Amino acid sequence: MATNLQTPAPYHNNFLREVEERVEEGEWVKMCMQCGVCAGSCPFGPHWEHSPQKIFMMIRAGKREEVLTSDAMWMCTSCYNCVVRCPRQLPITHIMHGLASYAHRLGLVPKGQPTHEFATMFWNNLAKKGRVNELKLTLALYFKDGLVAGIKTVVLAKRLNPMEIFGGHAIKDLKGFQAIIAKAREIEDKKQGLTG
Amino acid sequence: MADNKFAAYICAGCGIGETLDVKSLEKIAQKEGKMALVKSHPFLCSEEGVKTIQDDIANESVTHICIAACSRRAKTEAFSFPGISTARANLREGVLWVVAAGAEHDEVRQEMAEDYVRMGCAEVKKMILPQGNPDKTQAKNILVVGGGMAGMTSAIEAAEAGYDVVLVEKSGALGGFAKQLWKRVPFSAPYSEAQPTGVEELAARVTAHPRIKLHLNSTLAETAGAPGRFMIKIAQESGGVSDITVGAIVQATGFTPYDVNKLPELGGGQPNVVDQAGLETLARTANGAAIQRADGKVVNSVIFLQCAGQRDDSGTHLSYCSGHCCATSIKQAMYFKDANPDVDTMILYQDLRVPGMGEDFYRSAQDKGVTFTKGKATKVAGNGHGCSVEFKDLILDELTTLNADLVVLATGQVSNAGVDLDKWTEVSTAAESGDASAKEEQQRLRTTSVLKMNYRQGPDLPQLKHGFADSHFICFPYETRRTGIYAAGPTRRPMDLDQAITDATGAALKAIQAVENAAAGRASLPRVGDLSYPIVRLEGCTQCKRCTVECPFGAIDEDERRFPQFNEQRCRRCGTCMGACPVRVISFENYSCDTVGMQIKAVNIPDEDEDKPRILILACENDAYPALDMAGLQRQVYSAYVRAVPIRCLGSVNTIWITDALNSGYDGVMMMGCKRGDDYQCHFVKGSEMAYYRMSKIGDTLTQMGLEPERVQTLEIAITDSVRVAGLINDYVKQIKEIGLSPMKGFG
Repeated sequence: MATNLQTPAPYHNNFLREVEERVEEGEWVKMCMQCGVCAGSCPFGPHWEHSPQKIFMMIRAGKREEVLTSDAMWMCTSCYNCVVRCPRQLPITHIMHGLASYAHRLGLVPKGQPTHEFATMFWNNLAKKGRVNELKLTLALYFKDGLVAGIKTVVLAKRLNPMEIFGGHAIKDLKGFQAIIAKAREIEDKKQGLTG
Repeated sequence: MADNKFAAYICAGCGIGETLDVKSLEKIAQKEGKMALVKSHPFLCSEEGVKTIQDDIANESVTHICIAACSRRAKTEAFSFPGISTARANLREGVLWVVAAGAEHDEVRQEMAEDYVRMGCAEVKKMILPQGNPDKTQAKNILVVGGGMAGMTSAIEAAEAGYDVVLVEKSGALGGFAKQLWKRVPFSAPYSEAQPTGVEELAARVTAHPRIKLHLNSTLAETAGAPGRFMIKIAQESGGVSDITVGAIVQATGFTPYDVNKLPELGGGQPNVVDQAGLETLARTANGAAIQRADGKVVNSVIFLQCAGQRDDSGTHLSYCSGHCCATSIKQAMYFKDANPDVDTMILYQDLRVPGMGEDFYRSAQDKGVTFTKGKATKVAGNGHGCSVEFKDLILDELTTLNADLVVLATGQVSNAGVDLDKWTEVSTAAESGDASAKEEQQRLRTTSVLKMNYRQGPDLPQLKHGFADSHFICFPYETRRTGIYAAGPTRRPMDLDQAITDATGAALKAIQAVENAAAGRASLPRVGDLSYPIVRLEGCTQCKRCTVECPFGAIDEDERRFPQFNEQRCRRCGTCMGACPVRVISFENYSCDTVGMQIKAVNIPDEDEDKPRILILACENDAYPALDMAGLQRQVYSAYVRAVPIRCLGSVNTIWITDALNSGYDGVMMMGCKRGDDYQCHFVKGSEMAYYRMSKIGDTLTQMGLEPERVQTLEIAITDSVRVAGLINDYVKQIKEIGLSPMKGFG
């Protein structure tokens, strides 16, 4: 069946059908019963633009543009809490990734979405040689916005500063930190019967 | 009649013998209890112990026995002696297991046991063996009012069980509301597709059944009598009247859908808006093909609005949920999807509830592509070609307007239960005082009655809530306050077809129990099999009408001389009439003002300077007394100053018991009954309510006697309150000690 990709009529299932046909695990969306357990279980709860429950309802309501340009599905950390708890056993995590991937293929991802940027970088790095080149990936991440921006990041973050090889920089209260370690060692020694 | 011979048996088993002085208990039974024969046994409920009693019955002509052992609720089989009046003194659960251990409590423990022996002996002295209602009835056939799915089910179930059935149906055909349905919500696995209703098949079975007599186009013109002897006039539409006698009645008069015209804001009354019943008609016309509107247009988009005029908190429409409508809308959305999957079907709900196996059905509809939207419709308006529905999506939190060819309103069930008795009482009171318009209104109300009973309490079943027919919904959902008349199906509470069928089967079985009990002169639920019945000494009656008004079951009418006229078959033996009677002319053979009164008086009241209060507990045998027993079973410790008397219901408490107790020097009275109010748990519906009402009036009497109002306490005790009840007793004893002992001691 040819899917109508025009702006769908509200609540008339065109977008739902598109999702069912083209999004990984999309055929599950209609089975959501809107209980909200996913939304309540998500560790990212308040930071989502739209919870999975809401995303599913938006799909049914035909809000194609809003769903596919949304930042929401990119926020999923794949913790699988929602999948475990969903009373209807929807593979919510997979649907979120499916939607993200579909939005990427359509070029609808919001510009500068960090998860999307890193994922693309990672994919390109991996696809090139069949394995991940960690040095290149790290450098690519730091210099993603160009040489000057990259150097700035490197200097600010300090960790990638080449001069770090000569001593390197320390935390603010190094003595305090070392005292903590010493005390912990003392307690541990006592416990294990290793004191003097 | 042979002379009465009284005997007492004291058990020394279960530790009674080690803890209590059994010899002295024997002496008490003999000297104070005036028992002709007194024996003790180390293990009375053993075969040998029971044989001792049986031998005495056979050889010594013992007629009345008092068994001082465990609670009357324990060892009932061992201590069952047919033809013998038996009282039980509760030494185990009532004394041994609840009084604190240790020698320092020996004295009060022994006193408590001695009192229970005195009380048991006093009770049995006043007991008469119930002979059963001599007025045994003959009719065992069952009248079913209403020929819908519930009525037909009741009829066929009773007929298959071997009982003759008379089925009265107002319309010209069987089937009722279910006949209007195209299909029904699935009732068998896999619960995914609508199923045929089966109405035609059932109607054919009912019509052909040799035990079922059908009266179509007929209604009831009068219902008189009582279980086992209901006298019914059946009026045919053509004008004929036939008289029949039946044993019991099942009222399955169903429901009427809430009038859609009362919902103009949801488009009620507009051409392209139907209710669920209207959609069934369209579906039957389509016969499996694409569903068309009344104007002939094929429906391509449909919106179902759930809870239309239901769960309304504004007071305008129905405030309750009718339970079936979610599944019904799902079924109807499937009608469209099955004919053409491209039809847009949306169910707009606020809370989707699908009882039973409905979740599977719900999933099946989602799978078929029915759109479920959580939202609330605010407006439905007609437009050129269909309707526009304005609603708020409660998930997306936004207002939307959608167009559809057809809108279906899921309206609720309104019970066809007949006349509201509260209104009836109001109107008939006014009519009696000569108000002409009230008389007219009374006549009009009577024509809307279903059963047209000639009971003094009104022409139909009492209504519980929202106009649904009565039900003891917490303990015995099938029971109504009119013995032998059972409501079944949606006339009793909102329900779907599957529930109505189960309900009707249960009601048929209840009706069978009722006719069998009435035929044997026994009580129906909850005192099933009780052979005692209220006996009234009319020569002492003052015609105060308290018994007729307060009887929860409408068992008592008034005769032409305005004396109470008892219909024993309607009576549930709660004793509320006995509690009501100010001149104490109502009693049961084995439960009377005397059997309880003498127990109260038998207790030995210590002098004031002994500082040992005596507190009377009147405990309802249904919940409070079992709770006291359970307290014993769990070894909860409570004060040895209380003396508990089991009673049939708090409603049976006659105020004479209270005043007698206080006059003879008791320091306090605890009345323990069941939960009262709208969510009552009283087995007899109004018994505990009546007790509270009566006790609210006893304050003046107490003041006149110079006593504090705290000396009488009325408590709600549930069967699970074993821990709480012990605490309440101990707190009360403390409170009584604070108030001080009764000044009435020594005058009794």
